[in-house]
Parts: sequence; C-alpha cells; structure tokens
Amino acid sequence: MYGKYPSVISFDRLTRPCSWEGSGISSLKVTLVSGRSLGQGRSKVIGKFSEEYFRSVAVCELDPEDIKSLGISPGQNVIITTKTGSVVVKSAIASQRSRRGVIFMPYGLWVNMLIPTETYGTGMPSMKGIEAEVAGAPDEKLMDLRDLVKSLAGGA
Amino acid sequence: MTVLSKKIFPNVICTFCGSTCDDLEVTVEGEKVLSVRSGCSSSLSKYLNYRADRNLTPLVRKNGELQETSYDDAIRRSAEILANANYPLLYGWSSTSNEANRVGIELAEWVGGVIDNTTTVCHGPTLLGVHDIGEISGSLGEIVHRADLIIYWGANPVHSHPHHIMRYTSMSTGRFRLSRKDRKMIVIDVRKTDTAKLADQFIPITPNGDYELMCALRMAVRGDELEQDVISGVPAETIEELAEAMISCQFGVIFFGLGLTMTEGRHRNVDVALSLVRDLNARTKFLIIPMRGHFNVGGANEVSAWVTGYPYAVDLSQGYPRYNPGDTTAVDVLVRGDCDAALVVASDPISNFPVEASRHLVKIPVITIDPHPSATTPISEVVFPSQIVGIETGGDIVRMDGVTIMTKTIVPAPPGIHSDVEILEAILAHVKKIKMGKQ
Repeated sequence: MYGKYPSVISFDRLTRPCSWEGSGISSLKVTLVSGRSLGQGRSKVIGKFSEEYFRSVAVCELDPEDIKSLGISPGQNVIITTKTGSVVVKSAIASQRSRRGVIFMPYGLWVNMLIPTETYGTGMPSMKGIEAEVAGAPDEKLMDLRDLVKSLAGGA
Repeated sequence: MTVLSKKIFPNVICTFCGSTCDDLEVTVEGEKVLSVRSGCSSSLSKYLNYRADRNLTPLVRKNGELQETSYDDAIRRSAEILANANYPLLYGWSSTSNEANRVGIELAEWVGGVIDNTTTVCHGPTLLGVHDIGEISGSLGEIVHRADLIIYWGANPVHSHPHHIMRYTSMSTGRFRLSRKDRKMIVIDVRKTDTAKLADQFIPITPNGDYELMCALRMAVRGDELEQDVISGVPAETIEELAEAMISCQFGVIFFGLGLTMTEGRHRNVDVALSLVRDLNARTKFLIIPMRGHFNVGGANEVSAWVTGYPYAVDLSQGYPRYNPGDTTAVDVLVRGDCDAALVVASDPISNFPVEASRHLVKIPVITIDPHPSATTPISEVVFPSQIVGIETGGDIVRMDGVTIMTKTIVPAPPGIHSDVEILEAILAHVKKIKMGKQ
C-alpha cells in the first residue's frame, strides 16, 4: 500500500520484527501501545468523519529522542509496521511519557491496521504491547477514515 | 408558532463512560441543549454535540450505494438478512439500554446466531478471571466514604473516565475521608499518564510486565522474599514498600484498566490481581473494580448473564446457549469467516477490531443501528438511525460497580427516529413471521 516501504516486514519466529536493513530506511524497533485518549473520546462524539476525530486519532505519540533518531521533526508522518500490516500517521511528542522505544496510538481504524488477530483462546487480540517497527515517512500521504474503510474491501 | 421555554434538568445521568456520573445539570430549549453543568469535557462534548452528525433516515444498499428508504422497508430487509443467515453475529450492545439488550438476546435466539458485546475487546479477560477466582467488589459509594488507598493499575481515568477521580476516589469528599490528604493514590502504568501526574506515587513498569510484577507483589504481601533485584522494571524495594502500603491501609481499592486485559497474559493478569486482593483481605479491607468503558457495558453483561447464563460471546446456534471465549467471541468468529451476516447495535466494530476481523465484516451483509455515522455505516447493507439513550430516550443501565441506574429523556428525538428497543422489536416480529412461515 505504501510504495517503497515493505508492506509486511519479516519476523523472526513470528514475534520479533527484523529491521529493514538494506532498504536504506532508518527505522526503530518499538513496542506499540494503543489506548483511550481524551481527544479521541471527545471527538468521536462530534463525529467519526470530523476533522477533530481525524486529528486526534491518526496520530502516533513517540519519545522526543526517538523522533530525533528517525530524522524527522514532530508533526511529520511516520510509517508503522507490524506483522499484520502498515499504516501512515502523523507523529507527535508524547505528553504522557513512557520510555524510549514505546509508542502510543489512540484506538481507531489506523491502529487497527496493525493489530494482530490471535486471541489465544480469550477473544481478546493484543492491543497493547505489540512489537512494531517505525520509520519516518514525511512524503507518504495520510489516509482519512473514508479511504481507509474503502481500503478494507481491497484485501491485504 | 410555539414558544419554547427553557427547561433545567437536574441530576441527569451522563451516558458517556462507565462512571455514569449522575450529577449533570442540563438546560434545554426544545431540542437544543444550551448548557451542561458539572460534566467532564467528554460529557460536554457528547451533550452539546448530540444533534451534530446524525443518521436521520433509514438507508438500504441498492446497486452498490446506500440510499434512503422507508422504515418499514429497512425492517423488512433486515429481518430477511437475519432470518436467512446460517450463523449471524449480533454485536455491540454496550451503548444502549438493558431493555434493548433483552430484545437483542431474544432476536439472537430466533435467528440462531452468536450474540457478543463490546466486552469481548475490553474487559472480556476480566470476566474470565472472575470465573476462575471470584471478585471482591463494592459500590463506588463505599470507596467515596472509606477508601484511604487508591491504586490505578493500567488505567488512565483522566482520559477515559475524566470525573472518576473527582467523584469517586482520591479527590472526592466522603464521610470518613474528607479530602485529598486523607487518601494515598498510586498509579502503575507503562506511561507517565496524566493520571500518574496526580498520584502520590507513580510506578513505571515495562510493557507486558504486569503478571510478573503482580506475582512478586503477591509474594511480598505474603511475606516471601523476592529473589530478583528488579521485576518488570520495578526495584524489589519498591515492590516491598507497595506491599507494605497495601497491608497497612484501612480500606484499599485497585481500579484496573485494559493495561491488564489487552496485554500478554490477559485473563491470567486478572487472575493474579483478583488473587492478590483476596490475599490482602486476610490483613485488611481491599476491593478490586474494573474500569468499565462504555456507559452500559456492565448492563450488556448483566442482561446476557441473567437471560442466557453467560455474560458475553453467547452462541445460540444450537438452540441453547453455549459460551466458549476464543471460539464464540466476535473477533474469532469474524477472523475464521464463520458468520454470514451481522447486526451491529450502538457500536463501531470497524474502529475497534483488528483489521482482519473488519475485512470479513466488509464481505457480509451488515445491519447497523446507530444514532451517528461511524466507520461501520459505510460498509453496511442497512442503516437505522436511532435515539440516543440518556438524551432522547430513557432506559436502565448498569454502572461499572454493578449498580443499576435509570436514565432520563431530556429532549425529543428528531421526527421519525425510533429507539433501539422499537427497531429491534420490529425486526424481531418480522423475523418471527418469516421463521413461522418456513416451518
């Protein structure tokens, strides 16, 4: 879906992402945590197709040092890849800091593109603590909700 | 021309999150909400914008496009889809009333499908843990009056339940705990959340480290020696101090969020949390309460449990209820591609399910009942507009601590828009007709 970026990265024994060595893209191996944010909760009642919702949800919060090492500035787009797939979102400095290597995305279709399906017999997929890889992608376009929903019909 | 007068509704139940605060004062003029007092920013956003961005007419897909249709046509089309499906999925149920849930279960019985609520991607593992261990719970009122130690574990109420801290825990005023200084607040999380910033102590842990940390804490509470220096990123001394704080409090409570249920370990994390609280009750008084998300996810569980015996993920395809999370849960049913139709009530699975589950949803006919357009409405076969529970229609709901509350109607619904209960009853009546005709 995103041109020069590998759409699904290879995984070592299905758990750890291998880096994109050789592709010439500087990336980081990270742990992805999804969750509720005030902006997501507030804007979803304004409307799922509203500008507020888009701005609140198509976002990834990173440690400022991580943003620096990706060679981008905050607000530029990043591409995040897990064994399930990839998605482009806007980067932001995490106001609720974790440690380096932990990234946060609010619940929504953008992060869902990255969530693996296994529920290990519980019905609950892993929506926090997912192995992922992130790279700066300032030239890649953000998809809005309508386009992203349309892309679902297209398959993997 | 009618002259509209302002009306003030006191003690309105907020139907946003599982805290269901009951202290809103809403001023309305006709169908317009003029102001909301005492609400958090989420409830303000919900009440002031309730009329913006609504589904206003029933829609049915014709020649690939969603087109306006009559209410009766949409009912007929929905009943046909459900009655002719082999294994439909009936999903959602947490943002509507208990009454709607009851009709939904009867419908699931008639169409022989699986009925699952949003618990499945929320506190589902919590319920599995409770089946194993049991839970020591209490009402939020008890916590307001008595709790002197409040622990939030893997939960960020400042963002998810904005008034929880103020109304029910650290910053509330109770009979025996008068102010913030009478209570200790500890937050355990992978991020220094805005909740953590309000705490007396923040304990950062490594992602997916909850199980080990909780086991170590259990050992420390029992007086066993910890052999490792650092567990899940937390020094052993901090764990011992935390254990001491828990034992020495008069009345403690753990509120836990999806930081336990969505990470590695899932229901096993909850098992050990419930066991820890059981151990603590040998030494002091301690409760544990999950931070339920949607305003009536508790009701969806309660109604399902009293009608079918199981709180979620109930398969009625055999004519009797079966419950096997991991098999009869919505995500698994969708990922396996088992269901051939879906009814979505007051929910947006496309925004909340992993992409593989959504890809199956796109392939099958979906009927959506929702006041607002969502990511699920564009892929639907039939879309019903509906009344918003707690604003345009009443109904019973269940708060996160299991207390049942009656919501109010404060403004009239847009003309021609029915409640979830009315829509579901109409579909059910039509389904019965089709099924009886077949026999």
